[in-house]
Amino acid sequence: MSCEPWQCAEIAATKKAHPINKPEVAVAMIKRAAHPILVVGSNVTERSLEGKLLIEYIIDFAKASNVKVVATAHMVAEFLKRGYEPADFMSAMDIGNRLVDPTWQGINGEGHPDLAMFVALPYYMESLILSGLKHFAPNLKTMTLDNLFHPHASWSFPNAPAKTWTENLTVMTSKFKGGK
Amino acid sequence: MTNKGLRVKAKELKTDIALVKGLELSVGKIIDDTWEEPMGPTPMPHIATLRDWDMKLLNKYKPFYMPDCDLCCLCTYGKCDLTAGKRGACGLNIADQSSRIVLIACSIGAATHTGHARHVVDHLIEEYGRNYPLDVGGFNVDVEAPVTRLVTGIKPETLGDLDEVLTYCETQVTHLLSAAHTGQESNNLDFESKAFHAGRVDQVGMEVADIAQISVFNFPKADPEAPLIEMGLGTIDNAKPVICCIGHNVVPSVGIIDYMKANKLDSKLEVVGLCCTAIDNSRYFDRAKIVGPISWELRVIRSGLVDVLVLDEQCVRTDCALEAERINAPVIAASEKNCIGYKNRTNDPVDEIVNDLVSRKVPGVLILDPEKVGEVAVRVAQKVAPMRKKLSILPSEEEIIKLAKTCRHCNLCQRSCPQDLEIPAAITAAAEGNLKPLTDLYEECIGCGRCEEACPVKLQIHSFILKAGQKYMLEETNFCRAGRGAVQDIEIRSAGGPIVLGEIPGILAAVGCANYPHGGKDVYDICREFAQRRFIVMTSGCSAMSAGSYRNEEGQTLYEEFPGSFEAGGVLNVGSCVSNPHIAGAAIKVASIFAKRNLRGNYEEIADYIHNRIGAVGLAWGAYSQKAASIASGFWSLGVPVLVGPHGSKYRRMLMGRSDKPENWEVYDARTGDTVNVGPAPEHLFQTVETPQEAMVAIAKLCIRPNDTWKGRSIKLSHYIDLHKRHYGRMPKDIHQFVRTMADVPVTMKDEIKDILEAKGWKETVIPDPTMLPRMIRSKKE
Ligand code: SF4
Ligand code: SF4
Ligand code: SF4
Repeated sequence: MSCEPWQCAEIAATKKAHPINKPEVAVAMIKRAAHPILVVGSNVTERSLEGKLLIEYIIDFAKASNVKVVATAHMVAEFLKRGYEPADFMSAMDIGNRLVDPTWQGINGEGHPDLAMFVALPYYMESLILSGLKHFAPNLKTMTLDNLFHPHASWSFPNAPAKTWTENLTVMTSKFKGGK
Repeated sequence: MTNKGLRVKAKELKTDIALVKGLELSVGKIIDDTWEEPMGPTPMPHIATLRDWDMKLLNKYKPFYMPDCDLCCLCTYGKCDLTAGKRGACGLNIADQSSRIVLIACSIGAATHTGHARHVVDHLIEEYGRNYPLDVGGFNVDVEAPVTRLVTGIKPETLGDLDEVLTYCETQVTHLLSAAHTGQESNNLDFESKAFHAGRVDQVGMEVADIAQISVFNFPKADPEAPLIEMGLGTIDNAKPVICCIGHNVVPSVGIIDYMKANKLDSKLEVVGLCCTAIDNSRYFDRAKIVGPISWELRVIRSGLVDVLVLDEQCVRTDCALEAERINAPVIAASEKNCIGYKNRTNDPVDEIVNDLVSRKVPGVLILDPEKVGEVAVRVAQKVAPMRKKLSILPSEEEIIKLAKTCRHCNLCQRSCPQDLEIPAAITAAAEGNLKPLTDLYEECIGCGRCEEACPVKLQIHSFILKAGQKYMLEETNFCRAGRGAVQDIEIRSAGGPIVLGEIPGILAAVGCANYPHGGKDVYDICREFAQRRFIVMTSGCSAMSAGSYRNEEGQTLYEEFPGSFEAGGVLNVGSCVSNPHIAGAAIKVASIFAKRNLRGNYEEIADYIHNRIGAVGLAWGAYSQKAASIASGFWSLGVPVLVGPHGSKYRRMLMGRSDKPENWEVYDARTGDTVNVGPAPEHLFQTVETPQEAMVAIAKLCIRPNDTWKGRSIKLSHYIDLHKRHYGRMPKDIHQFVRTMADVPVTMKDEIKDILEAKGWKETVIPDPTMLPRMIRSKKE
């Protein structure tokens, strides 16, 4: 599995993501976080893994882990259609912009997130938001749940085929109390 | 024109009493006050004159930086790593650097339009003289240059007046660019303010270019019924020699069209174009055809349809000349800004140049005389066409299948593709004889060629996609309305009231380039949605083309389906990139003609008026260029919000409001001086949106303004809520922030919204006469 940026030119300088080599590592970090959130982008209904849409995996994971989901673009409708109510929805730029503000009190005022996970935004947009957070939110940890390596995150899964991605998401879900 | 300088210069002046050598006398500007409107406070603003206004906006809409690069390598102290707060050797941090890049981009944009305008104006003055009168719409247009009047305080009447306006722009661009030097400006907000100034100057430069060319070349003059122009690769008549002009400067094309007309050849050859040159050609000659936006450059060349390629300036792929060599098409470089390494043949005899190009002795020439470009292009096209026989370099389907078998499955093509297209899977399918997946990439491919550059076995992937999509490519036969130029004063008079009161729910300006995330259909869909909702839809440049490139159920393009006038439900193509100031100009003219505000040198007041009253939104769905950055900046500084598509995030800085911070949304009520919270209207000044559905909801919301009457607000809210429910599957969560009195609530939604308001602890508030400027407060009530 490669830890090169998925889009070749998205290179980071001196602060690069730590690769997540096992889903258990990601799970441990999520469990340690007081206010983790998961920002879910518009590709969540574009990717199909083993005949099931990515959004289904994300809903399973969110339900199991109780991580708060922030749906970007018009994805809230896609979650609602599937009977899942995300904790919040807003544009990708809005959530990025709130995360760099240390005075922001978080989703529903429940506390500023200490871990922001991202999945399924267009790669370059996700990369830019992660860069913004790397530079301007020094106390925030970021993690990506895609199968594409994101060097601007604090932690990122390496580039991997869909099968590995499916396994990772399934294992992560299973490690939380509500997981199947 | 009101400002005239007196400058006397004499090498030697001999009088009865003395001999003076090297006399130079300059008495600066003399104000010629035949224009009755009083001068406002900020004519010809310098780079810091409007800083207070900029800071008001920047405080409300704070920059959100997303650095595209962690490093700075602008000087030899560097490279400096600016990661997470580290300062470079010059003391600069990443916020400063990010805003500096924004300033540099906007300055490049402003310099490009101003340079373009300078070329056009100088050329026209040389041909027609300084006293040639400006005319952009006859009796229908009194306010001929709203942006120029607003920014500079000058009312231009002749070509010579435009020369003076451009001198102002050139000075400003020089100062702005100099501020980006190492060790100059050191504060990110000041960089941003300067970027706003670049936007203001840019709007003036563009306006000058367009009103000059409209006046002299007799382009449609504020004409809602400007002709429909054939558009698309499928409209090119293959049987004729084809001259293809790419770029933005119409002057060389005018040389071509004039030569054709003078020699009765105008029906014998095809003149086609890409990018804004195509748009402006069609404003000059309604048989000129528009091929498509910038992303079609490789398509048209590799398809072999072009016999002569004429390249002028801006947005010309720098490998166009190399690509043309591959299809044996001679190239004429026609702009000193883009000489392509060719020998300058401007002063050579035409016969010699024609022979050299036809015999392929040289692949291309530089000709800086537009008339000569015209004659050479036409004569070469006539001779070359029968020899070239439309040589194409697209591979056959059999060749694709054979070559695809050499693929190494390395994924580098996909990893280099800005669209992240699933090319390897399509190549694998092609190797098995199935070209359908390649065909499916056609609509989303932006024609950048990066996949080919990355491929270790040198597969011509873009050509494969073009061949697989050839059927669609050759079926592209649509219509774009020729750019109409300005909005008429009378149109402003009748639409101004409904706009300001909110009864026309908004103006959508779909502008800019074609770096679309999933093809141009999104632009069409968005424009159609809002035209059907009786917004006013204005288009320009490549977006104007994309808007016309799809058809409704009845087979009509957007420009056939909707009227071209500035009215509810109108779809107006104003023209090319340099026509964008007609959009800003329409807003400015609402303030001046409808609301009777003085606009002369009165930037701050008019921007405050527009920001608080005119529900206009720019949508640059595929913005890619530095010019697009400066165009957007011109709108920001007027307080008009701009949305960009996903690739626009690479501009690396957004200007974001915070709807959750009530203190950000206070304005003064000019009637009383009271502070009133008007909610997040408009919420953002510059924002990337991810999907067309998100764009539609955002557009409807961003049209809300503090000044809306209750009737206007309820119309705007009904569009916002309707689109939100459709695309987001539920009521907006912020509806309480936009309801001031129950009368604002759309009648059919009263019960539902009443419950929401109660749950949110909503309180009624007043509708103010909104302003952000204390000096606009008329008097405090006793
Ligand atoms: S301009 Fe400043 S930050 Fe950039 S390379 Fe030079 S010293 Fe470093
Ligand atoms: S030419 Fe098309 S397929 Fe190739 S990299 Fe560019 S967008 Fe992707
Ligand atoms: S870059 Fe070339 S060799 Fe590699 S997967 Fe793409 S087409 Fe195949």
